[in-house]
Amino acid sequence: MTARSILDRTGTLVGLILVAAIFGALVGRQFFAPANLELMARQTAIVCMAALGMTVVIAAGGIDLSVGSIIALTTVVIALALRADRAPLVAAAAGVAAAAACGLVNGVLITRLRVVPFIVTLGTMLVVRGAAKGLAEERRIEAPITWLNDLLRSETGRLLVPPGIWTLLVVALLIGGLLGYTRFGRHVFAIGSNERMARLCGVAIERTKIAVYTLGAALAGMAGLLQFSKLSVGDPTVAIGLELDVIAAVIIGGGSLSGGRGTVAGTIIGAAIMTVIQIGCSQKGLANWVQQIVTGGIIVAAVTLDRVRSVSA
Amino acid sequence: MRGIRKAFGATVALDGVDLSVAPGEICGLVGENGAGKSTLMAILAGALPPDAGSMAIGGEAYAPRSPIEARRAGVAMIYQELSLAPDLSVMENILLGVEPARFGVIDRARMRAMAASALAQLGHTDIDPATKVGSLSVAAQQLVEIARALAVGCRVLALDEPTSSLGRPDVEHLFALLQRLRAQGHAIVYISHFIEEVKAITDRVVVLRDGRNAGGGATAETSNEAIVSMMVGGRPAELFPRSVRTPGEAVLQVDALEPGSTGFTLHRGEILGIAGLVGAGRTRLLRTIFGLEPVKRGRVRVQLLPPEGGSHGGPEPAGGLSSRVSRGFRLQAEAPRDRWRAGMGMLSEDRKSEGLALGLSIADNLTLTRLDRFGALGVVLPARQREAAARWIERMAIRCGGASQPAGALSGGNQQKVAIARLLHHDVDVFILDEPTRGIDVGSKAQIYRLIDSLVADTAGGRRRAVLMVSSYLPELLGLCDRIAVMQRGRLRPPRPAAGLTEHDLMMQATGADAA
Repeated sequence: MTARSILDRTGTLVGLILVAAIFGALVGRQFFAPANLELMARQTAIVCMAALGMTVVIAAGGIDLSVGSIIALTTVVIALALRADRAPLVAAAAGVAAAAACGLVNGVLITRLRVVPFIVTLGTMLVVRGAAKGLAEERRIEAPITWLNDLLRSETGRLLVPPGIWTLLVVALLIGGLLGYTRFGRHVFAIGSNERMARLCGVAIERTKIAVYTLGAALAGMAGLLQFSKLSVGDPTVAIGLELDVIAAVIIGGGSLSGGRGTVAGTIIGAAIMTVIQIGCSQKGLANWVQQIVTGGIIVAAVTLDRVRSVSA
Repeated sequence: MRGIRKAFGATVALDGVDLSVAPGEICGLVGENGAGKSTLMAILAGALPPDAGSMAIGGEAYAPRSPIEARRAGVAMIYQELSLAPDLSVMENILLGVEPARFGVIDRARMRAMAASALAQLGHTDIDPATKVGSLSVAAQQLVEIARALAVGCRVLALDEPTSSLGRPDVEHLFALLQRLRAQGHAIVYISHFIEEVKAITDRVVVLRDGRNAGGGATAETSNEAIVSMMVGGRPAELFPRSVRTPGEAVLQVDALEPGSTGFTLHRGEILGIAGLVGAGRTRLLRTIFGLEPVKRGRVRVQLLPPEGGSHGGPEPAGGLSSRVSRGFRLQAEAPRDRWRAGMGMLSEDRKSEGLALGLSIADNLTLTRLDRFGALGVVLPARQREAAARWIERMAIRCGGASQPAGALSGGNQQKVAIARLLHHDVDVFILDEPTRGIDVGSKAQIYRLIDSLVADTAGGRRRAVLMVSSYLPELLGLCDRIAVMQRGRLRPPRPAAGLTEHDLMMQATGADAA
């Protein structure tokens, strides 16, 4: 393996280490204390879960702007189900199923109407947000406390990290496997890389795309579950603009908006970089605006670096 | 234009070409696909700089550095693909870049008058300068483009295949218009594949072949036969491999897909070639057969009987496969999938935008249609995928850094080998090859010729395949194919045995010179 390919494979990881080192130096040793690391993991979990789904969507050459709204809808559905005395597991399943249904609609609209995903999901972003507000009658939905609220609770027991983080890791492994080791995964990259070629090669483009958007939204639903766990209420106005953080995580992690690229490991690192900046800035006592400027700069820098790399390769 | 020379890398596109047109003259420029016509016109229009040679207009040296300079010097090009802004009005298009303005504000009244006078010069006062160009017919749009050329005072007008998207009456209108412009003293270069058009409208004809002047003369004194002879010339014979072949059972049957076309049947152990000029509809025919374009009429049938010798690995449809437009949109959209399943594979003419995914690895590109060999239940084990790709890389002598290398990093010839290896990996019976040797080096070409021949040879050991190929390079078709059908203006003519045909025959049919 040449030095270049090592850099290619580990570029984003180097970025994460660099950012962490900078804030480590600024904030001090306690930045790397186990409790602080766990805090960062919990902070990352929601964006990261949705970003795993977005990785698949972006690898297939698509985009989904409706994930923020889907997360909000999921929290509302879960809260309503819990209030109707459903079992927590049933409520969670209902939330994720509602999210997946949104993705199915996105996928069907994109393939049948032949409208670009950006426009379709821009529309459904508003539609789903509206539906969430309607369903909740524009209020926060209080729900009884159940074990769902413990998913991201700080864990001091034998689990080491909260169950939500374990779920995230399992899902990450599954998606990684799906993308790297299945026919579906190969088809996703083929469509994202060159849709005309995929068609020539007999890839079932419509079916695959519908599956991709459904999967992406289902993972947004899982993110919604984690969001609910953190809030303990159903909030139709939560996660406004979160889709941009989600997309940013995928892009920092090496995904390309023109499709055909993206990895699970990269996305996780991308999400982690953003969290390190956020937490680092707040612990250093830097204002929110500094945080935003730094995050924005990192996104542009990451994509620029990536371009330079792929051109010289 | 004198001694014009232009090379792209090692390929010499033009090698000392001369061309002159007098005011009040229409000069026809003809040549085979790739003879250098388009390159010459690009140089005239300032889109490409020549490597050597000189140009002059009206005695003054002319060396445009950009299309805008060419336009200012009075040279206008009308390309096959019209270059108008469909959402702007006719007058805005006509005066684009030279809008009459006072203090930066457009003088709309003057603009309208100028546009109207340019249209009147063409004898077309029926077009309203205020309508949007997008709402006009193709013929009217072409008029607008010519009017644009006149509005900036052009002296030399070059038209590249102007009739390719026009109907018969519109062609006659265009010819009347060109005669009018000739009478007004414009110098006109008329580029066309179609000999009968060149005969009808031009005063003089210039023939290009392989980037050189191949003759010409006054149109009235030059016969169709003579023009075609100049176009094909006396090329040195190349050696094409030809094993012993015996046509077997029919595997593909295509009905007449266009009005006036003929149907054909493809057999095992046979190479059927389709000749024709660019734009004659050859690629569309192949794409329709492969289900990439809707079947409008007629039908395509693939009949794959249990193959001779050894079993076919894939799922085999019992009664073959047929496709009609009435079977609906969904099936059409994913029809190529059925074709692959039926044992048919296609190589696209457009390697970069359809043939390969340049960002994906060689292994992915090569094995995409047949991933089921690398694991059960939809699982694909990358190690086994790479292993299979590595075998093809070795067998096809693909020069690369390994199966994981992105396809985009390979040379044209090696990319083409990857694209062809995909059909071999899938183990198809019917090979549909669109320009299999376009833009690749000589070594790869020879290798691909040997491969295509071996597919249909009796000695292939296993079963013999069938090949349907389109090529613009006539010697290649004559050298490889058993039968050749010519396509002219969307109509396929009946295939004829290649043994009795010459380049001259094919070119006569393709240009329509035999019918004129």
